[in-house]
Amino acid sequence: MSDIIRLSAADLAAQLRAGAVSAVEATRAHLDRIAAVDTDVHAFLHVNEHAERYAADIDQRRAAGEELPELAGVPLAVKDVLVTTDMPSTSGSKILEGYMSPYDATVVARARAAGLIAIGKTNMDEFAMGSSTEHSAYGPTHNPWDLERIPGGSGGGSAAAVAAFEAPLALGSDTGGSIRQPAHVTGTVGMKPTYGAVSRYGAIALASSLDQVGPVTRTVLDSALLQDIIGGHDANDATSLAEQWPSFAAAAREGARGDVLKGLKVGVITELPDSGFQPGVAESFRSALAAMEAQGAEIVEISAPHFEYGVAAYYLILPAEASSNLAKFDSVRFGLRVTPDGGATVEDVMAATREAGFGEEVKRRIILGTYALSAGYYDAYYGSAQKVRTLIQRDFDNAFEKVDVIATPAAPTTAFKLGERIGDPLQMYLNDVTTIPANLAGVPGITLPSGLASDDGLPVGIQFLAPAREDARLYRVGAALETLLVDQWGGPLLERAPRLPGEITHEGEAR
Amino acid sequence: MSEITPELVRHLGVLARIQLSDEEVERLTGQLGAIVDNIAKVSEVATPDVPATSHPIPLANVFRPDEPQQPLTVAEVLQNAPDSDDDRFRVTAILGEEQ
Amino acid sequence: MADKLMDFDKALELFEPVLGFEVHVELNTRTKMFSSAPNPAHPDNHDAGPNTLVAPVDMGLPGSMPVVNAQAIESSISLGLALGCSIAPSSRFARKNYFYPDLGKNYQISQYDEPIAFEGSVEIELEDGTLVTIPIERAHMEEDAGKLTHMGGSTGRIQGAEYSLVDYNRAGVPLVEIVTKPIFGAEHRAPEYAKAYVATIRDIAKALGISEARMERGNLRCDANVSLRPRGQEKLGTRTETKNVNSMRSVERAVRYEIQRQAAILADGGIITQETRHWHEDTGQTSAGRPKSDADDYRYFPEPDLVPVQPSAELIERLRAALPEAPVARRRRLKAEWGFTDLEFQDVSNGGLLDQVAATIAAGAAPASARKWWTGEITRIANASERDAADLVSPEHVAALQQLVDEGTLTDKLARQVLEGVIAGEGDPQTVVDARGLAVVSDDGALIAAIDEALAAQPDVLEKIRDGKVQAAGAVIGAVMKAMKGQADAARVRELVLERAGQA
Ligand SMILES: [Mg+2]
Ligand SMILES: [Zn+2]
Repeated sequence: MSDIIRLSAADLAAQLRAGAVSAVEATRAHLDRIAAVDTDVHAFLHVNEHAERYAADIDQRRAAGEELPELAGVPLAVKDVLVTTDMPSTSGSKILEGYMSPYDATVVARARAAGLIAIGKTNMDEFAMGSSTEHSAYGPTHNPWDLERIPGGSGGGSAAAVAAFEAPLALGSDTGGSIRQPAHVTGTVGMKPTYGAVSRYGAIALASSLDQVGPVTRTVLDSALLQDIIGGHDANDATSLAEQWPSFAAAAREGARGDVLKGLKVGVITELPDSGFQPGVAESFRSALAAMEAQGAEIVEISAPHFEYGVAAYYLILPAEASSNLAKFDSVRFGLRVTPDGGATVEDVMAATREAGFGEEVKRRIILGTYALSAGYYDAYYGSAQKVRTLIQRDFDNAFEKVDVIATPAAPTTAFKLGERIGDPLQMYLNDVTTIPANLAGVPGITLPSGLASDDGLPVGIQFLAPAREDARLYRVGAALETLLVDQWGGPLLERAPRLPGEITHEGEAR
Repeated sequence: MSEITPELVRHLGVLARIQLSDEEVERLTGQLGAIVDNIAKVSEVATPDVPATSHPIPLANVFRPDEPQQPLTVAEVLQNAPDSDDDRFRVTAILGEEQ
Repeated sequence: MADKLMDFDKALELFEPVLGFEVHVELNTRTKMFSSAPNPAHPDNHDAGPNTLVAPVDMGLPGSMPVVNAQAIESSISLGLALGCSIAPSSRFARKNYFYPDLGKNYQISQYDEPIAFEGSVEIELEDGTLVTIPIERAHMEEDAGKLTHMGGSTGRIQGAEYSLVDYNRAGVPLVEIVTKPIFGAEHRAPEYAKAYVATIRDIAKALGISEARMERGNLRCDANVSLRPRGQEKLGTRTETKNVNSMRSVERAVRYEIQRQAAILADGGIITQETRHWHEDTGQTSAGRPKSDADDYRYFPEPDLVPVQPSAELIERLRAALPEAPVARRRRLKAEWGFTDLEFQDVSNGGLLDQVAATIAAGAAPASARKWWTGEITRIANASERDAADLVSPEHVAALQQLVDEGTLTDKLARQVLEGVIAGEGDPQTVVDARGLAVVSDDGALIAAIDEALAAQPDVLEKIRDGKVQAAGAVIGAVMKAMKGQADAARVRELVLERAGQA
């Protein structure tokens, strides 16, 4: 049997069902892997001490003849933005160090009900503010492809965990690209579902009108299987969509057969010129499009004139909503409390706690958001940004009259070096130009590997966008391209990732 | 040029309940100035005829039936409390009044 | 430090008062506005211990989200309709951002620029029956905050407290805030306007069944805005907002106090600061609170966790059709039906006993009897024991009591004793009669024996009666009543005595 940790979730599930592997074995293999490599990768903030017990329970139920859900027994890494009852939930912030939630996030509860084994909580930029996971209060995560580089953000932990084979599946959250951009730089798959397709209940809110929880995996089918589990209506989230969703796994399996590319109209945005991208990124993108074209897809130029205002609108809406969402961290009910010396009032305690408990980037955005909502500035800033949302939605509507999906490079560059951009927040923000429009408009987007950049040998992702509620279309198209490329490469892209320092000794016994 | 001044940043710190140091005020004034200059361009296209979108997927009338569910236990309510007394959260003296 | 006050009549000579009210009504839904936690403003949950009625969103737990209570929407629409308001085809919630320890999320979810109900008016009735129309600006939905208890220091007030304790049970209780437009023309009746307005809101909420509407429990809280302008001046004066006045009488007193206080300042050439003021029940004064400042930047924005409320025309019409009679119309109707004089009706109405009297009549008592019980003996006991008349005895028991009087089982005096027993919790009137053995002695034999005994002691009485001094019978009747421990029907005794004297 091949190495358990390198199996996709779908394949591992098949082995579990066939009895070739037990859930305890699968869980132990991943815990061992974490023990071996995570000192270097630092994808996890917490490893679940109950994981083996949960796995033993699955094995027992299976042995008793119980009909278990398809993925029962498969390990799952959970982004620390999602609250869990059996592990601390910090959202990457010192202000929530050790916080224990009395309830599970809906997606976590659904994953548990489906028999997935929550093996740990993954690192992230503090309160999901960032594109590099360098803003975690608990230290950065390192890209498994090059430990000197960023794993993307804010969900760098989840992406690195699946890229480093520490978990086959992970949960992420995407407010402006936090699932899709880490997938791009780590050679993995990241899906941001339609806004409202997956419950936000129990996701520590960053920007409520932009946040969406979604799967982080190594294959398109695994993403689809995970969204089938976590998605669907939740009465605890008033913005959750009530409709019945088709099986995304069925869509991905259908897409893998390849014929969906025939006649597929793929939109390419004229306003996103190749010149704005690292040459290796643009080249990889073009070659993926060519591969699709060769299978009968039609590449159509479309115009999205307002996308260029997306970053600006995003950096008004996000800080504004975040400044309000993060007000609850005040030292009264939970979290850090810092009491200044001498006769402090509760106001002083709150201000000192928030000063000490929040990192630079969080404070910067809270102040920016407070400004954007302030009397006298609201119309010019927050109000205008909400209008830009309308314009971007119209751009999408117009485009989707002509094409089935839109394709973009998932981000302008490959993984940059840790520390390289941390001093220049504005430069960091502009990095999100390709992913932000989907959040502003609520449409789904998926990133999957398109190859390695010829200029630096690092992974590049291609992003597909579809109309709202057409998540299944992304799984179909994504799986089709994935099948095509994996065939071309002769195996998954991640096979080409360099070995990690910790796995040298482990390697001998595993293979 | 940006209208972000150190006084404004200090005031925003008070509104946001963050005790900013002088160095922080100075640094934020510069950074926010640059950011605001950049993002102010939203007003170029936000003309009066364009409606605002606050929810990306429009919904209305999402309600919950008026049926009580089990509330949190007192232990759950207080389990993360920095300080508590007599089943309630404890905070130091309050200066300002209720709104 | 006592404020300088101007004589009320003098103040009215110099200045015209302009009023405005913000009344918060706590809805009695089973659950909270945005969570499924039991609602402390529902009668089932009055005795809940601290922090026992809390769901994640009520204390702003990370990851928690609000979901709107459908019943709270219907109750709010009903209240809006009862206030003559238009119901917005689309309204939405906003966040009002400010830090305060009783506010779990450090923002209050409230309706801001798009309230559910707007532009209405309500008729109120002053004590002498004068009708006045109060213009309503809006009625919007919001959530209540938790409760702070200030500890240490002497007063239990915020000043001087060493620390405070926070209970989030009340956080998230559904509120409707009713805001009036400026009210002109009240003049010297301004305090009376205030009282009558709040009483009307209470009556409407009660009639709708959407709130317990008990001011002393905080179900109904009134902020009173008062400003003065010199006679002949167009421009409105600066207003103060006296917060959380929690009895009908205090609302009246607070308005009167503010008029006198502001008039004294203005007459001295001073200026009124726009500020909130606190009403002190004990001293009958207001004191300065928080001045308006630029820290009052609430940074409102549409609540992104909630979607708009768009009630269908069918829902609105269904709720409109179910509206109870308006309080003023109901009073007019009841007064006519019961045949009360103006004074009799005001007695009932000003005593807040309308519902009790109506229910007693509905249970079978004659209007005059029902009125007498409630405005008489029951009110006397309520005042003496500092309790609410409505809490002492049920209308059904009062009607049953009167029934016993009407049947001749009880005299008025015995009935009062039975009432005491009922109030003391000894059971319904019949049970008290049986247990205390209080029924009237209706056996003539027993009465005649007692009369004979009394006549034997006063042999000249019969003679006097026969001589035409019928009032002499009183002495015998008194003696008989005494002998029978009051359980005799004095009229029957009188009949029997006269019979004996051959005068019947
Ligand atoms: Mg108010
Ligand atoms: Zn209010």
